Amino acid sequence: MRILEGQGVSKYFGGLAAVSKVDFYVDQGEILGLIGPNGAGKTTLFNLISGALPLSSGEIRFKDQKLNGLKPHQICQRGVGRTFQETKVFSNMLVFQNVLVGSFFGSPNRVPAEDAAREVSQALEFVGLSAMRATPVKDLTLANQKRVEVARALATKPELLLLDELMAGLNPAEVGEAMELVTKIRDKGITIFMVEHVMKAIMGICGRIMVLHHGEKIAEGTPQEIAASETVIEIYLGEETRAAS
Amino acid sequence: MDTIARLFGNRKLLLVGLFVLLSVFVATFPLYARAFDIRVLTSMLMYIILAVSWAMFSGSTGYMSLAPAAFFGIGVYTIALAQDYLPFYVIIFVGGLVSFAFALLVGLVTLRLKGIYFTIFTFGLVVFLSEMVYYVASQVGQTRGIDIMPQPRATLLYTMFGLAVVTVIAIYFIRRSRLGLALLSIGGNEEAAAHMGINTTRVKVLGFAISALFMGAAGVVTAPALIYIDNRIAFSLFYSFMPILMAVFGGMGQLYGPVIGAAVFGYLAKTLRAQLYDYFMLGFGIILVVVILFLPNGIVGLVPMLQNKLGGVIAKLRKGGQANQHANT
Repeated sequence: MRILEGQGVSKYFGGLAAVSKVDFYVDQGEILGLIGPNGAGKTTLFNLISGALPLSSGEIRFKDQKLNGLKPHQICQRGVGRTFQETKVFSNMLVFQNVLVGSFFGSPNRVPAEDAAREVSQALEFVGLSAMRATPVKDLTLANQKRVEVARALATKPELLLLDELMAGLNPAEVGEAMELVTKIRDKGITIFMVEHVMKAIMGICGRIMVLHHGEKIAEGTPQEIAASETVIEIYLGEETRAAS
Repeated sequence: MDTIARLFGNRKLLLVGLFVLLSVFVATFPLYARAFDIRVLTSMLMYIILAVSWAMFSGSTGYMSLAPAAFFGIGVYTIALAQDYLPFYVIIFVGGLVSFAFALLVGLVTLRLKGIYFTIFTFGLVVFLSEMVYYVASQVGQTRGIDIMPQPRATLLYTMFGLAVVTVIAIYFIRRSRLGLALLSIGGNEEAAAHMGINTTRVKVLGFAISALFMGAAGVVTAPALIYIDNRIAFSLFYSFMPILMAVFGGMGQLYGPVIGAAVFGYLAKTLRAQLYDYFMLGFGIILVVVILFLPNGIVGLVPMLQNKLGGVIAKLRKGGQANQHANT
């Protein structure tokens, strides 16, 4: 079943097409990877899905309901959670308060305080931050701040989670832990759509991969197909050749 | 020693004790104090209301509002216009509600503005209201200002104290509520807050309007002491700048920061202004710079710093309290 579906999704910044007529879908329960060179429009596509930016044209449907024109808070409450490429934690708050925000406001219905407290503990336990619940977020390492973002998004009880470069800036050990975490989230029954530059991670855990280049979708398939695709290799290698010359 | 430790440990008891002491002090104050001192105390309480309500919105969200004078002035003009028709205590509510409604309206339009643009707009709002009121007054009547029916000094003191208590308690609960958490998260990162399901526009407008409610009510209670008001008195930018400086000086991380800041500077502003105004402003500026440079969390940020320095002694005293905290986590 398709949980998220986009048709002719486009976003123009002035004359520049950041995302151009992209058709895509995410199946329930899968991990879909989104790759592409810098400036390909990956984060812009995420921003269109989460409502941070309005669409120029096209349509995005979540569970067969149109998301077009909805505000970010409404899209969140319908079950789409997200993290950010550059971490956007609430740096003026403690770890558990960050997650509490997700728990209190992520549902369309009022969440009783006891339930929220329990959800926060569960989410922190899940990402492995229980010991730091009362620490100011600004004192955490980047890897742990990213865990806070994941816990905060999980506390909103999403059915679909958008992960924007979760592994960027992490060391190899931390990347391994993050991959484990993403798989664990999928095993909970949450569908995942992730932007990633770390190829090891994307090839290791994604069931399917989609490639954007200059705002257009140029390839889609299993990790094996993508790794073997000539168009994809050309884009990545072509860039490298140009950069080298 | 043990009893002291237990008293310090039980914060609720300590707060209730402080409140009772403060109430007795304020209640008996007019019996022996000079008229001038009663006005000083009333003025300190007014600044506490303004600083605490300013910090509730601007301190949490980071939206620096220069509008306190606008809402304060609306309160002053509410009593000026309604004093012949409504009793004093009803006007306090009306003044608060008028300010609240006005802030809702203004907030809906302007809280889309970010950073310095929002600040400039709120500044402009005060000037606009002042000029507007002056224009209307000059069209309608012969005189620029309006006389306000005076009230006994003790009445004003008690009323201001009651209003300050209500304000501080209300804001204590707001800070601990979902609305408080939402306001704080907007200050942390507004975009992330929206993506966690917070209707940021609604939360900001509501927080802005609630802070305006208390400022408007404070304007109503202050007006009778002014006896005569005009646009320059009611919308004086002093009422915008002072609460901000006081809140920054006191520290906005805790509720009692702005309370302490407002009490200290409210007292100095009123007493030193009469004779040593220039020196006061000079000293005020120097102290503020020092606080901003060395105490980013304001004067109340000194407490944890001193605790570290004096470590052992205070730790012993507060043992009870810490044991409680550990039990909670």
